[in-house]
Amino acid sequence: MNKTFLASLLTTAAVGVLMAQNPPAQPPPQQDIVTTKITGSGGGLPPKLAVPDFIALNSDAETAAAAKLVGQVLWDDLNFEREFYLISRDTYRTIPPPSSLADVPLDRWKELGTDGLVIGSVRKNGNDLVVQVRLIEITSGRSAFAKEYSGAASNPRFFAHTISDEIHQGQRNLRGVARTKLAFASNRSGDTLKGPVDMRGVQNIYMADYDGANQRRITVARTLELAPAWSPDAKSLAYTSYASGFPDIIVAEIYQGRNNRPARGSDRVHNFLPAWSPDGSKLAFMSQRDGNPEIYVVNRDGSGLLRLTNHPENDVTPTWSPTGNQIAFTSNRTGRPQIWMMNADGSGQQQITRETWCDRPTWSPAPFNEIAYASQAGGGYDIKIFDFATRSVRSITNGEGSNESPAFAPNGRHLAFASSRAGKYQIFTIDRTGENLRQITKTGDNRYPNWSN
Amino acid sequence: MKRVAILMIVLMAAAACGGKKPPVAKPTTPPPADTSANRPPEPPTPVSEPQPVPVEPSAAGIDSRDLDEINKNSPFQPLFFGYDQSEVSPEGQQVLNANAEIMKKFATWVITIEGHADERGTAEYNLALGERRALAARNYLVSLGVPANRLRTVSYGKEFPFDPGHTEEAYAKNRRAHFVVTSK
Repeated sequence: MNKTFLASLLTTAAVGVLMAQNPPAQPPPQQDIVTTKITGSGGGLPPKLAVPDFIALNSDAETAAAAKLVGQVLWDDLNFEREFYLISRDTYRTIPPPSSLADVPLDRWKELGTDGLVIGSVRKNGNDLVVQVRLIEITSGRSAFAKEYSGAASNPRFFAHTISDEIHQGQRNLRGVARTKLAFASNRSGDTLKGPVDMRGVQNIYMADYDGANQRRITVARTLELAPAWSPDAKSLAYTSYASGFPDIIVAEIYQGRNNRPARGSDRVHNFLPAWSPDGSKLAFMSQRDGNPEIYVVNRDGSGLLRLTNHPENDVTPTWSPTGNQIAFTSNRTGRPQIWMMNADGSGQQQITRETWCDRPTWSPAPFNEIAYASQAGGGYDIKIFDFATRSVRSITNGEGSNESPAFAPNGRHLAFASSRAGKYQIFTIDRTGENLRQITKTGDNRYPNWSN
Repeated sequence: MKRVAILMIVLMAAAACGGKKPPVAKPTTPPPADTSANRPPEPPTPVSEPQPVPVEPSAAGIDSRDLDEINKNSPFQPLFFGYDQSEVSPEGQQVLNANAEIMKKFATWVITIEGHADERGTAEYNLALGERRALAARNYLVSLGVPANRLRTVSYGKEFPFDPGHTEEAYAKNRRAHFVVTSK
């Protein structure tokens, strides 16, 4: 590994402001790529990081609040993947904030046992913020990562999410999830359906940042809308909607306000529970169009309809393998529902689970090869994971409330699920190890979570 | 919103500072011909995320006071099912025989058969179970001579329980085909 210290380069006016008190030394810049990776102090421990408040370079309250928020959110984001040990922010409140990024008391941070220090600054530029960040290796003083960002001042959290994802990628070769989104169905609006039976609550599709911030309503029809699924490009949501009076699949391009109905539902043809193929070209779904719930596949444009199952019992809840070559689903053809899998053309159907009642599989993304599902236990369900490598099953939840609808994060390290453990159903996230439970929603009933790429 | 390509900034500034760190003056291989440091200063990396646009609401449901009155004092009996079952029992056949007579009497009515499930299945599986229950009721009614074009089905899974309780008694009430007049 070639670690090279680069003398400072003035590349932008912004940097010029920051560096004004400390003009750069003048050896000609060297052009090696910096590959400094922060390591732990030994024994294979995760590197210890500190993330103090970012420095506000303007004195107004908005910039000060943004600087504080970016530091806090970045700490949370970096903590989420457990690749670093994040030193509690309380323990370094006594270290005076530096006046600039070039004025860091390395000794003080060394005393705290810090391996890497993430410092940054925030300044205003019209309606934008300009955020600078550096990751400093404390033992050497080297800069392991340094970058400047500009963007709308309205969402400072997104700067932190971007920085976190880049640090995880650069330092740990890990795809972070800080910029991913959760989608789910919620009845929180309190509206009721129009129709002949009164007092039935509507449900609509909502989305949130992965950490629960920025919860927003996506669909507004006064009807039942369930089970959203993010397209692999994270630009569309497919979901089950009763807006026409019957259940059908809507694919909504949520940033364009456009939608279409590739499964072509009608009074007689009902379609449910879409699942995107990994390349985004197809949807697998359940339909009763041939008189019984079966699994079908259709191209995103509505062409190429293919029936995959043909059994008089229920075949439901398809999910694709990461390669797109296989589909797992739920079937009660042997009695109570169990998890089954088949090739993507419907051939080779085989049973995977043999428990009391196993339901709603979701296949992990690579590099894992696992299926998470809901398994009946006590009066409700627990989330379990079947690992193809070892053919073993482990429990992710353990009897607190009923736990349903597991959905993997795109790096396979976390799951979202719906749980009744807090009274009403709420969305939670948890690590694939069963640790680090977080409650995402609090208002109304929230179910059917799905995690974007 | 357009995303501009991400531009790397060469910004390995003298973060160490404080004069503690002597710059490392070690020999390096000659730099590649074209390096980013020789380019003009690059602008900061833009970060932005798009904002969702709500999809258009579409007309939903049916508004009719007359129908509300009919359904509030519904002439139809619900059809109940066993746990994870969608077969019409002998008692269920009696219920459907009676319902079929009413449907034949009011020959213009269009009936929606709602399939419902108790909360013990998962939300997703129950959407399928509700479909099977509604279809089972519909098929039986058609066999009794009720015109198929007057019967619609819809599954609500466990979304609209009739009894919100968590007892066997509540579950039994929620495993049903429910009959609603949706047009006169």
